[in-house]
Amino acid sequence: MEPCLDIRRLSAVLPNGQRVLRSVSLAVQPGEVRALVGESGAGKTMIGKAVLGVLPKSVRVVEGDMLVEGEDLGHLDAKARRTLIGARTALIPQDPLTALNPSRRIGAQMTDRLVRILGWSGERADTRIRQLLDEVQIRDPERVLKSYPHELSGGMRQRVLIAAAFAAEPRLIVADEPTTALDVTVQKQILRLIAQLQRDHGTAILFVTHDLGVVAKISQKVSVLYAGKVVEEAETARLFAAPQHPYTRALIAATPRYTDPYASLKPVDESVLAGLAAEIAAADKDWRPGHG
Amino acid sequence: MDEARISRRGLGPRLWLAGGWLVLALLAAIFAPLVAPQDPLAQDLMLERLPPFWLDGAEPGYWLGTDSLGRDLLSRLIFGGRIAFIVAFAAATSACLLGSALGLIAGYFGGWADRIISRVVDIWMAFPPVLFAILLVAVLGTGLSSVILAIAIIDWTRFCRVIRAEAMSQARMDYVESARIAGYGRIGIMLREVLPNVLPSVVALLSLEMGIAVIVEAILSFVNLSISTDDPTWGSIIAEGRLSIHQAWWVLVFPLITLILTVLSFSQFGEALKARFDPVLR
Ligand SMILES: Nc1ncnc2c1ncn2[C@@H]1O[C@H](COP(=O)(O)OP(=O)(O)OP(=O)(O)O)[C@@H](O)[C@H]1O
Ligand SMILES: [Mg+2]
Repeated sequence: MEPCLDIRRLSAVLPNGQRVLRSVSLAVQPGEVRALVGESGAGKTMIGKAVLGVLPKSVRVVEGDMLVEGEDLGHLDAKARRTLIGARTALIPQDPLTALNPSRRIGAQMTDRLVRILGWSGERADTRIRQLLDEVQIRDPERVLKSYPHELSGGMRQRVLIAAAFAAEPRLIVADEPTTALDVTVQKQILRLIAQLQRDHGTAILFVTHDLGVVAKISQKVSVLYAGKVVEEAETARLFAAPQHPYTRALIAATPRYTDPYASLKPVDESVLAGLAAEIAAADKDWRPGHG
Repeated sequence: MDEARISRRGLGPRLWLAGGWLVLALLAAIFAPLVAPQDPLAQDLMLERLPPFWLDGAEPGYWLGTDSLGRDLLSRLIFGGRIAFIVAFAAATSACLLGSALGLIAGYFGGWADRIISRVVDIWMAFPPVLFAILLVAVLGTGLSSVILAIAIIDWTRFCRVIRAEAMSQARMDYVESARIAGYGRIGIMLREVLPNVLPSVVALLSLEMGIAVIVEAILSFVNLSISTDDPTWGSIIAEGRLSIHQAWWVLVFPLITLILTVLSFSQFGEALKARFDPVLR
């Protein structure tokens, strides 16, 4: 089956020559949730931005290809690329407050894209938006559609953004830590909603997170990122059962709550942690010069 | 939420007082020939330096007294308002359109557009504004349109700087990135997404600038560089009043009060409008 998203040996650098992505390869099959985990600064967001064509000006892609449903983004001119990305992908962002325009009503923001970019009729867009608001369990769509973003709670805003992301039936959604800005109680609901809509619509998701608990709940496959390099990828169950890379083991060990179901892992003591750190450093040293 | 409600109530009187004075002054200026009790240019040496109505020796019909040529002060202030408001609206609007457009472009697009525009602003700001205005009017020649042009040419940078900074911080917001991902063009995003968010500041600055334009016009009149000397302007009345301060203080004091009230009202009105316009503060 042709992957929905296929990233091949993608490398990117900062102006000072520092690498942010090191030959990243990663594929997301249609309808699949692929988690992308790693600590802060690992480059998870960069990968998402590269796919969506919104890398910061200072970050330059120096090698690699990105294919969305078999179409190589590098072979398209800027306009065609924007059209393709706009039609087939969507983003569920991290901060639901700044991701909505503060001076426009929710309803206008949600329908505008369908009407202006995709050329839908006003009624069709309106019906569609209401249907999606229902799917994300918003009980009073009238009020929400008339509201400004600051008039809604964080959880409600994120529901709106999830509805907006699924509205145009994209093939691929990039979800960049969609629950980290929310209260713990709301996080679970939002996660469940994303999983629900993902199943119902059969959308592929590249799910960025640093929380292995979330990975276990939502994804079928995982890529573990460290310093811009994919150090391990596996099916989610396999990764937890038999992590191969020491860094993955360290990550799992650092998340004790979720190690319980996997009896093979014992609590790690100081010396083991120190050993792992050395191993990671050694591995890091090994691949830094040659690759990418 | 509660805070927002309190501040909204607190803004009420400010908006009404400032707006009320501006509407009153504007209506008086528009309908000056109907409202003014006397001909503002009519001299009568029998009536020179009449005091305002509550003092001994006041004449009915000359409410705020007369100047040293016997001209009615209230009528002169009302007619002077015409030029003040024309200059305020025309100069402030021109400065606003030019400055905001350049500021929006510099702030949103960044890069070389920003570098060029910011450099020009820096150079512009190096000139002391009042001196710059006097110089410009001296070059352009006196008259209403050159006063308006001079103010616009000098003060567009005020808009440019503020709007640039605001557009820049808006451009970094996630909603702009989302619009980009959705497939909107850059100019569309600038106008549809960014502009509405800087509009409250534009409105506040515009109102403030109207007040500033009134002052600048008064200063130019004061140094005799504005409109022809026949038509009364607030600045020229102040200039004349200064000469007869010991014999007729009212000729200086009333135009000063009018000027200050108007300038303050413009700035307060702008602030209040901004708060009304801004969905987050509302
Ligand atoms: N605008 C930028 N310009 C230059 N470098 C950047 C920029 N944004 C991030 N970086 C750098 O790129 C690297 C990857 O950052 P990225 O935001 O992708 O990390 P992340 O894995 O998403 O981390 P987090 O979990 O904190 O979101 C970091 O080293 C960061 O310092
Ligand atoms: Mg990130």
